[in-house]
Parts: sequence; structure tokens; C-alpha cells
Amino acid sequence: MAEATAGGAHETLETTRRDFIFIAAGAVGAVGTAATIWPFIDQMNPAADTRAMSTTEVNLSQIPVGQEIKAIWQGKPVFVRHRTPAEISQALRDDYAQLKDPQMDEDRTKQSNGSPGKAEWLILQANCTHLGCVPLPSFDPGYRGHYGGWFCPCHGSDYDTSGRIRQGPAPKNLYVAPYVYLNDTSIRIG
Amino acid sequence: MSGSSTYEPKSGFTRWLDKRLPIIRLTHDSFVAFPTPRNINYWWTFGAMLSLCLGVQIVTGIVLAMHYQPNIHDAFASVQRIQRDVPFGWLIQNLHAVGASMFFLAVYVHMFRGIYYGSYKAPREVLWILGCLIYVLMVATAFLGYTLPWGQMSFWGATVITNILGAIPFVGESIQVWIRGGGAIDQPTLNRFFSLHYLLPFVIAGVVVLHVWALHEAGQNNPTGVEPKTKDDTVPFTPYATMKDLFATSLFLILFATFVFFMPQALGHSDNFIPANPVQTPSEIVPEWYLLPFYAILRAFDFNIGPIDSKTAGVFAMFASIGVLFILPWLDTSRVRSMRYRPAARWWFMIFVAVALALGWCGGQNPSTVLAQPGSFRATLNWIANGQTSQQRIQVASPAAFQAASDAAEAQLRAQGATMTSVVRESGTTALALGVSRGSPETRVITAATSDDLEAEITAAKAQIGGSSPFVAIKREAPFQFTVTRFAQLLTAYYFFFFIVLLPLLGLREKPNRVPDTIAKSVLGQTQGAS
Repeated sequence: MAEATAGGAHETLETTRRDFIFIAAGAVGAVGTAATIWPFIDQMNPAADTRAMSTTEVNLSQIPVGQEIKAIWQGKPVFVRHRTPAEISQALRDDYAQLKDPQMDEDRTKQSNGSPGKAEWLILQANCTHLGCVPLPSFDPGYRGHYGGWFCPCHGSDYDTSGRIRQGPAPKNLYVAPYVYLNDTSIRIG
Repeated sequence: MSGSSTYEPKSGFTRWLDKRLPIIRLTHDSFVAFPTPRNINYWWTFGAMLSLCLGVQIVTGIVLAMHYQPNIHDAFASVQRIQRDVPFGWLIQNLHAVGASMFFLAVYVHMFRGIYYGSYKAPREVLWILGCLIYVLMVATAFLGYTLPWGQMSFWGATVITNILGAIPFVGESIQVWIRGGGAIDQPTLNRFFSLHYLLPFVIAGVVVLHVWALHEAGQNNPTGVEPKTKDDTVPFTPYATMKDLFATSLFLILFATFVFFMPQALGHSDNFIPANPVQTPSEIVPEWYLLPFYAILRAFDFNIGPIDSKTAGVFAMFASIGVLFILPWLDTSRVRSMRYRPAARWWFMIFVAVALALGWCGGQNPSTVLAQPGSFRATLNWIANGQTSQQRIQVASPAAFQAASDAAEAQLRAQGATMTSVVRESGTTALALGVSRGSPETRVITAATSDDLEAEITAAKAQIGGSSPFVAIKREAPFQFTVTRFAQLLTAYYFFFFIVLLPLLGLREKPNRVPDTIAKSVLGQTQGAS
């Protein structure tokens, strides 16, 4: 009993050298543990070679009017579409239609450095903004859309000739891929 | 239940070992002498099947890893090579693929049994939570494993699921890139998924040890939910439970073997026989059957809830649907353990099982498929027959001035006597305003079963009305459509209602049936005690 009282009295004494050492050692240990764990977490982030593959160049002269190609940029497909004059004028008209995610067509052909692009070339990330499927273009036999652009076969999102969402579950327009013109017939994505 | 040990070493060696490592004693106490309630039924045999499934998956998985190549160019072909060229590879690969389905089949029965008989209630809360943890690990392992064959469904399933993680507020995108190891599902993703798929089963095995430990501490529940009163209410685990488990497991293995030998691909998706192609999406992306109920809950949220967008809400609901299981011991307020004595709860439970199955069905359907449509599509056409048309061009300097100019043009046409006007916009600054005057107003109502039929009929009607009338005002009305998504919304509502509202309230309101004296009083124990 007496010992217990003595122990209790001892604990109410002011901070000792030993307390300081305990806390300091614990703090250094915690920082050390965190510093040790971090490399094992960070190793899962994109590696240098993966990040190095971050740009893709596309030669536009090979794509006839009314067609598109899917370029691969950072492992993801990108639509490079050569629009017909009819598709361009429809996209301009639809600037004033009721849009879920309003955006002007000229903003959607803009280059990533801010200067205007060309109306006939539309460079879009090819993943539906709903859950990431690749939509089908209007000339594909599986196309079932009503707006002349792309139609996602997974859950029926319908995009117009500017890649803007018009109907279906997707919340956003197809994202514009960052690109710049290297010269009249080639672009660099990324 | 962890009473004093009844193990007695018989030989000199076992006596020597027992003093140093009492491993035979532990095994004897856990799997031979362990007291098992006399009255447990066949629903209690699924634990044994699950241990078997875990063993089968680990053994076949280790063998498959000797032949599989986690490389995006070779993965698909290496699985085909296992099927065709590796000696008995077809058997081992089928066992592994079918084994995953069997594992989930058994775990769902095991979980439903736990809910029905209240096996999560005190003192078995930790036992139940460990079980939920095992289930979550199983889902993660199955998802990782499904990516490995690198077929179309593997690739796009992984794409959709990692996109789902992107919906987590603030950190979603970073987590997505971190998990994928790049911007898209690619070589780094496949490589790490293979590594983690190999690791997780051993983590599961570790949690299973804890699960069994917790079971042996609290003792097994039984169909009455009344704890055994005396030693006479129990029998030793071996041979009674062991033999019963073996018999039930044999029946389970017949089902297992039927799939492995006669329809190994029946539970898979045909699109996974097409090698992964990042630029082409299969027509529909669906997970394996055992995850369909959660996929249905994810897709049921096609509407925004205030500031939460539909995608985030769906992801949250999907995680919550599993998360709610972890707190089930505290949601159910009833003091009666087994639903055998809960007349209302057992019916709500039966509905819950049906709802879970129906959610699974919804997850496999196209969400926009119409199940019922009480009305039909209607369109009201208004036009003016034999009228005179006048038109006016609109040209303004900037799009901002357009609306005023368009209103002015329409007002002017009306002032000239037009009874109907319309503006056809051609670009930001130009449009054509049309007006019709005199003539007789006409109306026609068109109905059709589907939207496409309606549009076709409208086109036909417009052709028939023809050039005498330059434009037709069309008002469309869509009927209410009961789609798969609507159905899934109802089912999702019940799923959460059952756990969050029903179980807490019912436990307070329900009058349980009386437990028969023969059970409550342990007649057997008393008579033996008296004699």
C-alpha cells in the first residue's frame, strides 16, 4: 500500500529527463517508420519510363475527311477526327442547343497552348466520361445515337459532332486531349 | 467454451513434445474434443466447404503461377497455353476459375445463415466482423484475379472499377493513378495485380485463423440460438461434426465437379476469350456473377443527390452495402438470436434474400431495358393547313443580341397576321424566322409503344401533311417506364431499409415466439443430472 502511494506520488512529479527521452525516441521512431514506409507506397506511382511516354505525335495527312483514328496516348485511346463541313456546321448550330455540359465548339478545338485550333480537326480523349468505355463513331455499324458524333455502347451516352454529351448517363463532354500543331499536318498530343 | 483440455499424451514422444510445443493438444482441443451443439443443421457445414475452397484456390493458384506470365503481350496466350499444352493444365485452370465461383456460392450461404440464426450477436460480434473482413478480402482477390487472363472483360472490368475509385472526392484521381501505376490499365497494373493476387489469399488464411479462434472462444451458435446449457447438449467435433461436414462437402464437390468437367466456362463471360484491346469496348461490361448485386447498387444511382453527383453516390452506396454488414451486430436490437423464434423478422429476411438475388439479376441486365410501361408515347402535332408562309432572315452582329432580334422578328411576323411562328437557328448570328397566316389550324395525336416507333410515325405524318404547311409544332410526351434501373433502385432501397431501419426497430417492437421448454430448459441435462 505504501509502495503504491509512493508510486502515485512519483508520477505527479514534474517532467523528468527519462520522460523526455521516451517522447523524443518515440517521435524519432514514428518519423523513421513513416520514412521507411513511404518508398514502399510511392513505388506504385507511375515510373519514370511510363511518364516519359507522355506525348504522342500524329500525322494528320493520312486521315481522310469524315474518318477518325484512335491514337494511343499514355496507354489511353484518343480520337483524332477529321470532320466534314456538315459535321462542323452542325456542331456550330448545336452551340445553342440545350447542353448538359455547355461548351462552344471553338473551345473544343482549341490547342493546349491557348491558340485556336482548326474546325475540321477534333482531338478528344476516347473514354466515355461515365465509366470509361470507348464510344463508337457515327460511321460505325454499331452506332445507335441521334446526334451524329459518338455513341457509347455500354450505357447509351450519346455525343454530338463536337463530342458534347447530349443524352445518357455521362456527366461531362468527352474531354479534349491536350495537343498542339507541330505544322499543318501533324500534331503532338500531351 | 475453451474449457480445460482433455488431451492426454499416450506415448513417450508425445509427452516429450507436449511439454515443449503443445501442438497436438491444440489440434485435439480445436478439432477433436471441441464441443459442438447437438442440434446444428446442414447450414452449419459451409464453413468446412469454405476452408476447402481456400485450400483449392491456393494450391491451384500456386501451380498456375508456375506457367502464367504477367505480361500484357503474353498473359492471354499463357492462359490459353495452360488450357491446351500444360499437362493437366486444363484441369487446374478450370478448378481455379470454377473454384472462385464455388467459394462465393458457399460464402453467401454461410453469410445468410449467420444473419438468419443471429450468429453475429453477443458474444460473437468479433467473429462476425472477421468474417466480413474475409469477405472483403475475397472480393478484392477475385477482382485482381479476374484481370490476369487479360481478356476484354478482364481489361474493361479493371478499367471500370479503377474509374470508380476516381469518384472518391479530392484524392480519387491520385489513388486511381497510384493503383494503375500510369494513366491507364497497362503493364504496371497487370504486374502488381498479379503480385497482390498471389499475396491476398495468404492474408485471408491468416484472418481465417483468427475467425476460427474467435469461433472456438465463443462456441458455435445453433439453430435455436439458445446456448448449450450443459455438456450433454454438445457432442465432440470429431467424429460428429467432422463426418457431417464431410458428407455435405461431398455433395458440394459433386456440384463443383459438374462445373469443372462439364461446363467450365458456364459461369464466365464469352468476351473474355477476346484478348484485351484498349481501343475497343465490349458491348456491355459486367463483373462475374458473384459481384452483380453490388454492381446493380452502383448503377442504381443515376440521379444526383444535392451536391453529390450520381457517380459518387453510386460508389458510396456500393461500399456502404458491404460496410453495413460490419455494424450489423449493433443494428439488430432484438434480444432473440435465432429468427426461428422471430415471426416477423423471418419474413423480412426471406424478402431480403429475394431482393439480394433480384439485385444480382439487375446487375447482369442492360440498365435501360424497359420491364413495364403502363402508358404509351404520345405526340401532339399542331399545324396550319393551306396557310400562307412568310419568312424573314435574322442577322445580328453578336450572339448576345440574338434573342432580342429573334423576338422582334417573331413579333413582326405576328403583326403581319401570322398565327404560328418559328425560328430556325443556323449559327450564332444567323437564323430564319418563319410565319404562317390564314388557313385552318389542325391537330393530330399520335401514340406509339416505343420512342423509335413514335419518331417514325411523326416522320410519316409530316410527310403526309406535306408542303402545304411549312412547319409543324410537335409536343412529345413520354410515359413512365419501369426500367431495370428503377427496379434496382427499389431493391437497393429495401437492402438498406432492412439493415438500417427494419432490424433496429423490429427488435424493439416484435413479440418473439416462446422458446419451447425442451430447448430453454435443457431437459436432457436435467434428467441426467437428476439420475
